[in-house]
Amino acid sequence: MFDNFPLWPDRASTAAGNVDALFIFLIIVSGMMTALIFTAVIYFAARYRRQRGVLAEQIEGSTPLELTWSIIPLGVFMVIFAWGAVVYFKGRTPPRDSTEVYVVAKQWMWKLEHAEGQREINELHVPVGRDVKLIMTSQDVIHSFYVPAFRMKQDVLPGRYTVAWFRATKPGTYHLFCAEYCGTQHSGMIGSIVVQEPAQYEAWMSGGTTGPLSATGEKIFAELGCVTCHRTDTQGRGPNLQGVFGKPVLLEDGRTVTADENYVRESILDPGAKVVKGFKPVMPTFQGLVSEEQLNALVAYVKSQSQPAAAGPKTAVAAPQDTHKAGSQVQ
Amino acid sequence: MSMATATAQPVERENYLNKHYGVGSWLLTTDHKRISLLYLLSITFFFFIGGFFALLIRLELLTPAGDLVQADSYNKLFTMHGMVMVFFFLIPSIPAVLGNFLVPMMIGAKDLAFPRINLLSWYLYIIGGVMMLHCMLTGGVDTGWTFYTPFSTAFTNTKIVEAGLAIFVAGFSSILTGLNFIVTIHRMRAPGMTWSRLPLFIWAHYATSIIQILGTPVIAITIVLVAVERTLHLGIFDPKLGGDPLLFQHLFWFYSHPAVYIMILPSMGIVSEIIACFSRKRIFGYNFVAISSISIAVFGFLVWAHHMFVAGISVYAALLFSLLSYSVAVPSAVKVFNWTATLYKGSIRYDAPMLYAFGFLGLFTIGGLTGLFLACLGIDVHVTDTYFVVAHFHYIMVGGALMGYLGGMHFWWPKISGKLYPEGWARLAALIVFIGFNLTFFPQFILGYLGMPRRYYQYPQEFQVLNVLSTAGATVLGIGYLLPMIYFLWSMRYGKPAPDNPWNAAGLEWKTPSPPTTFNFAEEPIVTWEAYNYEELDAPHKEEVPVAR
Repeated sequence: MFDNFPLWPDRASTAAGNVDALFIFLIIVSGMMTALIFTAVIYFAARYRRQRGVLAEQIEGSTPLELTWSIIPLGVFMVIFAWGAVVYFKGRTPPRDSTEVYVVAKQWMWKLEHAEGQREINELHVPVGRDVKLIMTSQDVIHSFYVPAFRMKQDVLPGRYTVAWFRATKPGTYHLFCAEYCGTQHSGMIGSIVVQEPAQYEAWMSGGTTGPLSATGEKIFAELGCVTCHRTDTQGRGPNLQGVFGKPVLLEDGRTVTADENYVRESILDPGAKVVKGFKPVMPTFQGLVSEEQLNALVAYVKSQSQPAAAGPKTAVAAPQDTHKAGSQVQ
Repeated sequence: MSMATATAQPVERENYLNKHYGVGSWLLTTDHKRISLLYLLSITFFFFIGGFFALLIRLELLTPAGDLVQADSYNKLFTMHGMVMVFFFLIPSIPAVLGNFLVPMMIGAKDLAFPRINLLSWYLYIIGGVMMLHCMLTGGVDTGWTFYTPFSTAFTNTKIVEAGLAIFVAGFSSILTGLNFIVTIHRMRAPGMTWSRLPLFIWAHYATSIIQILGTPVIAITIVLVAVERTLHLGIFDPKLGGDPLLFQHLFWFYSHPAVYIMILPSMGIVSEIIACFSRKRIFGYNFVAISSISIAVFGFLVWAHHMFVAGISVYAALLFSLLSYSVAVPSAVKVFNWTATLYKGSIRYDAPMLYAFGFLGLFTIGGLTGLFLACLGIDVHVTDTYFVVAHFHYIMVGGALMGYLGGMHFWWPKISGKLYPEGWARLAALIVFIGFNLTFFPQFILGYLGMPRRYYQYPQEFQVLNVLSTAGATVLGIGYLLPMIYFLWSMRYGKPAPDNPWNAAGLEWKTPSPPTTFNFAEEPIVTWEAYNYEELDAPHKEEVPVAR
């Protein structure tokens, strides 16, 4: 019977336990508040029901009481706030060295591409016990990537990247919902997250692939001619992209930004927006010339130029000491 | 239990209802009480339209598969349900009906400051309403009442601009009502009716009016921007045109969060009046309850982005807005504690209005406390955009606001209509509404935590049992709402004539005849007592305060 009538969702990520603990704390606190108020109301209503010849006793109010029931709840609220902030902050900060998956949402489908090159639709395979970072964008309207079993949700916007992460703890198949209303088939935009033991996952990953995403990106980088200006040997007309990702970049107008996924994306689509100091705004826009998937590949390629051998198609020269700034993707 | 049959009535006194006859005398009236009745008829009409949509939504959700209506129809149903209920029922409900009727009477005035603007506001409401009806009958809208961009500006081909304009026009009705109340409360109080003697109903409406005046223009501008982007393709919200979709959400919630307080504050005002009267006491901590209304109105403007914790705003913005959200929770809690304390050592009767006030306390407490869950960042990520949110805001906007509205309708019905409603039926209806409401919406909290997203017309099998419970509750709730409409109508013809002050309540409105004369008071009253002077009213061997001195 309880298969059809669950009262608590699956708990399948490291975040789920944190959220549940906080939720139970809130249930206890609000349960106590409710009990207090209901008991008082019911008791007073019964105890002081109207009786012939008994008049109400007029009481003006009491400043100490008012202060008490303002300050005590405020204190409780601050505890709730602080605890909630800690849980949120953890959930918004992808750990370094997460496995990366690029997500492209569209009406009404999820397209997912692993950094290693595997592509999936409405289904995502992930291993138990590894941090997975989702780099997400939408081709059309706003969607929201929601996995109740992971207590994880992040809106997916057109025109920019948003980021989420999780670490699965329990093998199984879990719901993936679109949680932001997106049109006719909104409730059909569902999929599943398949959490596997590492061995099974490796077996699944060894299936057909066109090569790592960054290698695809390198090809596109060459085809579009990016490589003629963004050279790696000498300084070209555009900045050398080796070792740039994740680092602060000084701009022509004096500002400094972190070269994260959104910055790379913007520099491809709107090159004039944030020009690196010492360069001229000569780069043409690639808006409309590259698809979301190709953009993801390009971002993965630029990223691979700042990483040690791991994900890159060829050994990058850049130092790995990047200050991967927490949450800088969501500006 | 006054199931009275019509008795031979004495010759009726002249009052605002029988002074003039004919359709023209209603459509051109500037009497705040008649305009209040015009509003009553029109919002009741929209309430039942919105309720009909809700019924279809609940019926569709009986089964996991989408089988009763098409996906597009379902999307239009919940959109229309939201737009009609929010803009054409909840926002005007208490201010435009009970506020309109009572604000002048409670402060000892003959009418509102601008009677003709008052009539104009009703016409604007009706024009907006007719536009909305036309929009619904010719295709409707499928964006959800939230109109999120770029879906609304670039992807849907439903009637966004027309629906937007309907809300735009109705918004001016709301602004004018707020303006009228603020000026009236400042300028038209009777001699001796100082600010500290105002009924808390007036304080609540004053706070509400501030929000109506300051908030509504922002949604009006936002609607214009959506229309401009949609028709002229100027890039404002659509990233493809160089716009920012989050900008829309900021603007939308800057109005739409405070709009919740437009719905709940007047209800809180009513609850204060009812609890004072039926426990025969001055409200505990009058000053704190009055100030809490104003602080809710002010702080309510500083919390909008708590609707956007997973929308892509920065972590630091989220922290700030979470913190600020708790600043609204404190004055709300203060009110609940003060109402509870008022009951202490009271002399309490359980007439129907009081049952509704108890119902309000119960539902508002649950609604308010689940607001703490949503303001809490760590929890909100999981439950936002799920049925948890749906349950929460229905507890506030339907549980709270509508309970208060019904309580107020019962409390002042003898004054409005000059007739008594059948008490037994009214108590039964209050009970049915309370039970039906909880059965409808409590399961939705569980559904939300389980992860059922809102606005789904089909859903996984395991959510069915809770959805069936919710639909069952909705039918009970529907009966609970139909009952008052039936017996109120019945009482207009068959109800016993109401005395001028059937509850022996404090407040200037009760010193007028039932129903009142056109100008409420024969002579301008002079106030020499504090609000809620139940001690004097109940003092032994004292004659009732004379009617309309």
